Amino acid sequence: MENVGIFTAAARLVERDLKVIFRHVSEALNPLVFFVVVATLFPLATSPDAALLRDMAPGVVWVAALLSSTLALDSLFKADMDDGTMEQLALSPQPLAWLLLAKIVTHWVVSGLPLVLIAPLVARGFFLPTEAILPMMLALALGTPTLSLIGAVGAALTAGVRRGGALLSLLVLPLSLPTMIFGARATDLAGLGEDPSGPLYLLAALLFLTLSLAPLAAAAAIRISLD
Amino acid sequence: MFSNLAFAIGEGDCLHVTGPNGCGKTSLLRVLSGMSLSESGDVRWDGTRIDRDRGTFNQAVFYVGHREGLKAHLSAVENLQFDLGIRRSFDQADIDAALERLAVTHCAHLPVRVLSAGQKRRVALARAVAAKSRLWILDEPFTNLDVAGRDLISHLLDDHLSGGGLAVVAAHHDLPLRAGRRVPLEIS
Repeated sequence: MENVGIFTAAARLVERDLKVIFRHVSEALNPLVFFVVVATLFPLATSPDAALLRDMAPGVVWVAALLSSTLALDSLFKADMDDGTMEQLALSPQPLAWLLLAKIVTHWVVSGLPLVLIAPLVARGFFLPTEAILPMMLALALGTPTLSLIGAVGAALTAGVRRGGALLSLLVLPLSLPTMIFGARATDLAGLGEDPSGPLYLLAALLFLTLSLAPLAAAAAIRISLD
Repeated sequence: MFSNLAFAIGEGDCLHVTGPNGCGKTSLLRVLSGMSLSESGDVRWDGTRIDRDRGTFNQAVFYVGHREGLKAHLSAVENLQFDLGIRRSFDQADIDAALERLAVTHCAHLPVRVLSAGQKRRVALARAVAAKSRLWILDEPFTNLDVAGRDLISHLLDDHLSGGGLAVVAAHHDLPLRAGRRVPLEIS
């Protein structure tokens, strides 16, 4: 018997999670639909004035992305805790933090990446200038994985708690504020025709920081939840 | 929950943990598997504390708890493919043989959510067979199983122990073993 490497194990976990997600795809679509609906509510509640909507666009896109990301978090580890598969992951020969990182990546591919891809449509609906679309997508591509990583720590801490959704939001939203602020700022600067690289670099730094620490913190939290 | 507890088991031994409900059988099994931490004391595998070399210990242990640890939307085959796939290289024949041994071949390609509780239990135990781990930790393995199923698990344990494996089993039922050495442990 030959042991498998960590990359093979991670690939198999990603494959399994994608299979599970695509067998009840309606749940996977919820965050995307939520993102579009929340963004659509703002013009209805304020004004259809193009100038106002253009000013609001970066904030609306990022608030909707943050809320949508938080909505999707509850399912990140909860199902695995409930059906006992998390116990099997914790008892596998692979490092738990590495396996959780694979789960977070899958979660982002399903809940975060679609937001990056659909955001241009929403942004055009808010009359955001065309030259701001690419920086906004780049900011979302850097920011939404960070939101997933931060959220994973909260999801791991509340995985063993019944109806922990509200607690999860209270834990995650304050920690996600820097990402939202830098993301909205980058989009805003691009919309004004200025250089958005400053906030984009900060978003990249936040991504690398959370990428290094969040899986370890989530693994420790899962072990506490399983204890 | 318990104190002054010390024991050792070797190849071919089956620790049979018994005791009334709530006495801590499951807690003991979780401590032995490394999932829960004990307030004091330690668990050793081949002389090494399991928390010092978790990878080696986890390669050797297979735990089947109260929850089956199966994904409801996947089939038995897919569940086993994943479980084995993150542990070691495997052939489909290993999985087919384990499912056949547990007599669940006929429902191996159905989503686990449509299986009966007994069939799910059998699939969960098939994972332990397919994993070929040295140490099985089984928490109430006879739950939801019919008479034939219980006999089957006893035979599986016999085969495992006679092959040099070790087992820790928490069960209210008798554990009629024809191979290996039964080490009783009653927690009161």
